[in-house]
Amino acid sequence: MDPRLTTAIAVVVGVPAVLFGYIILTEQVLRPIPDRRRGTLRPWLWLLPALLFLTVFLVYPTIGTVVHSFQNTAGTKFVGLDNYVYFFTSPTTLGALKNNLLWVILLTLLTVGFGMLIAVLVDRVRYESVAKAVIFLPLAISMVAASVIWRFMFLYSAPGQPQVGTLNAFVGIFGLGPYPWLQLQDFSFNTILLIIVMTWMWTGFCMVIISAALKGISVELLEAARVDGANEWQVFRGIIFPLLLPTLAVVATTVVITALKAFDIVYVMTGGNFDTQVMAQSMIQEMFTNGNFGRASAVAVVLLVTIVPVMALNIRRFQAQEAIR
Amino acid sequence: MTAPIGVVAPTAQVVARREGRSRFGHWPTHLAIIVLMVIWLIPTIGLLINSLRPPSEVNDSGWWTAIFEPSQLSLDNYAHVLAESSIGPAFINSLFITIPATIIPVLVAAFAAYAFAWMTFPGRNILFVVVVGLLVVPLQTTLIPILQLYGPKGLNIAGSFLTVWLAHTAYGLPFAIFLLRNFMGGLPREVFESAAIDGASPVTSFLRLALPMSVPAIAALVIFQFLFVWNDLLVALVYLGSSPQNLPLTVTISNLVTSLGGGWEFLGAAAFISMALPLAVFFGLQRYFVRGITGGSVKG
Repeated sequence: MDPRLTTAIAVVVGVPAVLFGYIILTEQVLRPIPDRRRGTLRPWLWLLPALLFLTVFLVYPTIGTVVHSFQNTAGTKFVGLDNYVYFFTSPTTLGALKNNLLWVILLTLLTVGFGMLIAVLVDRVRYESVAKAVIFLPLAISMVAASVIWRFMFLYSAPGQPQVGTLNAFVGIFGLGPYPWLQLQDFSFNTILLIIVMTWMWTGFCMVIISAALKGISVELLEAARVDGANEWQVFRGIIFPLLLPTLAVVATTVVITALKAFDIVYVMTGGNFDTQVMAQSMIQEMFTNGNFGRASAVAVVLLVTIVPVMALNIRRFQAQEAIR
Repeated sequence: MTAPIGVVAPTAQVVARREGRSRFGHWPTHLAIIVLMVIWLIPTIGLLINSLRPPSEVNDSGWWTAIFEPSQLSLDNYAHVLAESSIGPAFINSLFITIPATIIPVLVAAFAAYAFAWMTFPGRNILFVVVVGLLVVPLQTTLIPILQLYGPKGLNIAGSFLTVWLAHTAYGLPFAIFLLRNFMGGLPREVFESAAIDGASPVTSFLRLALPMSVPAIAALVIFQFLFVWNDLLVALVYLGSSPQNLPLTVTISNLVTSLGGGWEFLGAAAFISMALPLAVFFGLQRYFVRGITGGSVKG
């Protein structure tokens, strides 16, 4: 047998066995310990595997990043807040900050809005699984393939030439265009177009999670409201929406973070040109093109700090959840 | 245990009323769903049709022209991509990477999520904020320190599958813990209290109650983690780059496209080949997204 196949089987069967074994073992370890101490020790044993992974792979590199952000290009000398001063004064990074703000607002509204709309609508039809698969499909496409797909959508030929791009051919039917999509001059249209591409990809993500939560709402509750004469809109406003709120918060938080970290789609489609630069892409540019680790690290730290208010809201929500359950 | 978990089937009357509502009337619902489906499908159909057309046609006319002249369609691009000897092993490699890198984080996250949701300990909220806050760490900043750790001066496992299993587990954990903690936290307290009164240990409550009741959330999580790992290019390229025999489909395909002479018309065919498995996983797990898994676990 292929030795790799043996390894794979050993991993697939062995790793869950080891992990479940570990959790079962924790109770054996805790048994001789007095009751009161047991309660304080137990959660840490349950958290241990996760905390080990996170410390090694995310916390330790992040500490390095924070240190680097106060150092010069080569990382040989501390330069105080210079890298941060650069971040908040350079027009490029400020433009990136502005675009990221647009990303956070638009992407969150669009993906969560469409995700909820679709989850609620398909819940009432028989071809639910087909409809969900169609919306989910773009998420299964790799970023490189997605960029090829949207290349065909946005393709531009000079006026008078036959338009091979789907969008230009479509607007052509109404006698408009052709438009050089992604190279438009006005406002932030290019960024908005990239957000639309990302919405196409991520709505499926929101829909799947919201739909899973929707299935947790008891049918009896909804039927009772309908029997009492509530119309579909009242059932949604009064029962479904409030019960979905915790899930919507989780989904929205994840999308906000995705929007803050937006990188791949910008990198493959415009390279940050035509006023589409974002923070993660300025970070990569500082890191690999300009070789300036100090400035790149400062961008990463700013990204980390932006998430604090979002997390504060999440904690208040969890405390509320615990108060009522 | 006093409250067995069971799937509560809606009464016959309820089913009849639900189905009746979806079969008649409500054409706006159908219309809205179909319009959304069409909008979401058009970009992909464009690529699918172009992946079946010869490169010269792709550049000269829109994909929709093939609808009127189906004679241009052929499987040549697919044959071309599949004929590359590296595709088969790369597909197997992708499986080797993805399956453990999905199972490990989901389990580890389930333990942590249960602790965060149902155990009280000092510093719980702060720790949770830090864990979820790690979602925002750009992966690119972790690559160099971790590569050094994997190198001969550290663990000396560079280039092996273990490197990507461990890395993907860690990268997937913040979201996995976030999602599962929220779901498990929303489970009814009575279930756990009555289990504890009956003498069930936290391990029993976790294995017999929390895990089975979280099946829809776990199924969603499995799909996402599977997809992220399956479609990942960056992590595989950086950690496995030194051992070409271990490279997954994504890396092989992007190499293929450049070695075939920049032909992005082959990318369409390659994209559909690599999409097949994640979609199969999605369809396979859809049956767990059903109503009533938690329903009926609490009486009254």
